[in-house]
Amino acid sequence: MRVKRISPEPAALLVQPSVDISLMDSLIAKYKYKQGNLIPLLQGTQELFGFIPREAFLKLHNDTGLSLSELYGVATFYAQFRLTPSGKHMIKMCHGTACHVQNVTAITDELLDFLEVKDGETTSDGLFTVETVACLGCCSLAPVMMIDEETHGKLTPKKAMKIVKEIRRNEAL
Amino acid sequence: MIKETRITLKNVGKINPESIDDYIAAGGYAGLKKALKMEPFSIIDEVLDAGLRGRGGAGFSTGTKKKFTSRSCQTCPQRYVVVNADEGEPGTFKDRVIMENDPHLYIEGTIIAAYSINATKGFIYIRGEYTGSIDKTRKAIAAAYERGFLGKNILGSGFDFDLELKLGAGSYLCGEELTMLESLEGKRGHPRIKPPFPAEKGVFGAPTLVNNVETLSNVPLIIANGKDWYKQFGTERSPGTKIFTISGKVKNPGYYEVEMGVSLRELIWDLAGGMSGDKPFKAALLGGAAGTFVDASMLDERMTYDNLREKGATLGSGAVIVLEEGDSVYDMLYNCLRFFKHESCGKCVPCRVGTSMLAKGTEKLRNGVPDKRALLDQMVHESEIMAATSLCPLGQSPILPLKSAARYFAEELTK
Repeated sequence: MRVKRISPEPAALLVQPSVDISLMDSLIAKYKYKQGNLIPLLQGTQELFGFIPREAFLKLHNDTGLSLSELYGVATFYAQFRLTPSGKHMIKMCHGTACHVQNVTAITDELLDFLEVKDGETTSDGLFTVETVACLGCCSLAPVMMIDEETHGKLTPKKAMKIVKEIRRNEAL
Repeated sequence: MIKETRITLKNVGKINPESIDDYIAAGGYAGLKKALKMEPFSIIDEVLDAGLRGRGGAGFSTGTKKKFTSRSCQTCPQRYVVVNADEGEPGTFKDRVIMENDPHLYIEGTIIAAYSINATKGFIYIRGEYTGSIDKTRKAIAAAYERGFLGKNILGSGFDFDLELKLGAGSYLCGEELTMLESLEGKRGHPRIKPPFPAEKGVFGAPTLVNNVETLSNVPLIIANGKDWYKQFGTERSPGTKIFTISGKVKNPGYYEVEMGVSLRELIWDLAGGMSGDKPFKAALLGGAAGTFVDASMLDERMTYDNLREKGATLGSGAVIVLEEGDSVYDMLYNCLRFFKHESCGKCVPCRVGTSMLAKGTEKLRNGVPDKRALLDQMVHESEIMAATSLCPLGQSPILPLKSAARYFAEELTK
């Protein structure tokens, strides 16, 4: 069940990088009076900061009148929303049934070992967050991972590692 | 040797999906132009008589759904069309193919559907992970507004229709139509109790037609070419074509549009090039996680909604995941059941507790309980209770892979 999405460490929610919440003003202006605006507001906020900071929840509540409990309830229900900062690049390992048949589990394990993180964690250099996700709908390319907006298919452990190493190298330049 | 029959995919790879001119040159928006000159009820009758059935998985008559929605609550000021593009069923990517390669087709179908039930506002709900589909759809909507296919007084007909793109936030359950409506209203993705059905009380309390992308993509073709043209494809009770998405251990995994009623053998060997390795076929999972396992004895069955249902299998979304000898059905089943446990929203008890129990039971099958056969029987029984008592299709689904796996592969599961 989805209860797991609630951050295990409330303390981590209190120590957050400071963000400029005034960036949210145009987003709020756009959606304030729209029906069903709660999810687009959260999505827009996450697009701005990479996660939904505590202050942003308060601002959404103050500026739109949406209740904090509703905002928090929705943010913790959907897989997309993060309450803590993520790495610069999001690696999503598809664990849908078709990728599972093509042995994505072994690839994920090797990648997690290589990056020295657990599922859902961010590397110490802040470059990568690795998450296992449900079917990404690229089953003919299975096994698949998505890094940011790009899909990488027909993976092998070697190929996955190579892609990640390359990003790391380019970031170091 | 069967071949593909591409009608909804006829433009794929042939036109630039970002060019509305390409789409129009290929005969696009002819269905809409014709529809706008027809009476709304005769559009519904045409779709009804064509025998189109919902391609999202349930196979319900699309025309009947439209009829209900158009007739309910005559005093309601607003009606909605919602396009279900939240394609999350494992192994399924048919809607993505349409959205990325020919987005105007399903948008045209949406406008025709809206006109037929007199809806003036529509939403397309695409899952957030489908970045390519989102991009193409966004551009297609903008182009359709520019050409007057959307907005006020469409093509001078006096009909107004606005279409808005909404992005899912990562929940399998939101692909279920009532849950999708909750999500559109900005709430947690918990299913609603039905009745009332969306046709009576849908999004924001108004009558709402919810259709799948593939379903809507058939509508312009039916209107432009007529119901008799459409009925030449497929079987009597399942007319038309179906897009199958084949993955797993086949040579050419991918998407294939065929007439309804082909067999699994034809799909795998004639279209997908046969098995990828030297090993023989062992099983296929039809319809994704909320689907059924079949073994080689089912290879020659006609793949239609009704025939498969009679045989205890499902057509579902058209996903086919193929396993070869040596692959583990147990692993697949465990993957499906863990998935349900993870995606259960927790609203109703049978599903919340049941999905956890089934996942745990599957683990126990490998951790040495004395009587595995009894445990498996008990799990099937639990899934039957869930199917009878859960609020929404999620809790009603684990029975599908579990019972079918137990039927064909009990020996492997209990070894």
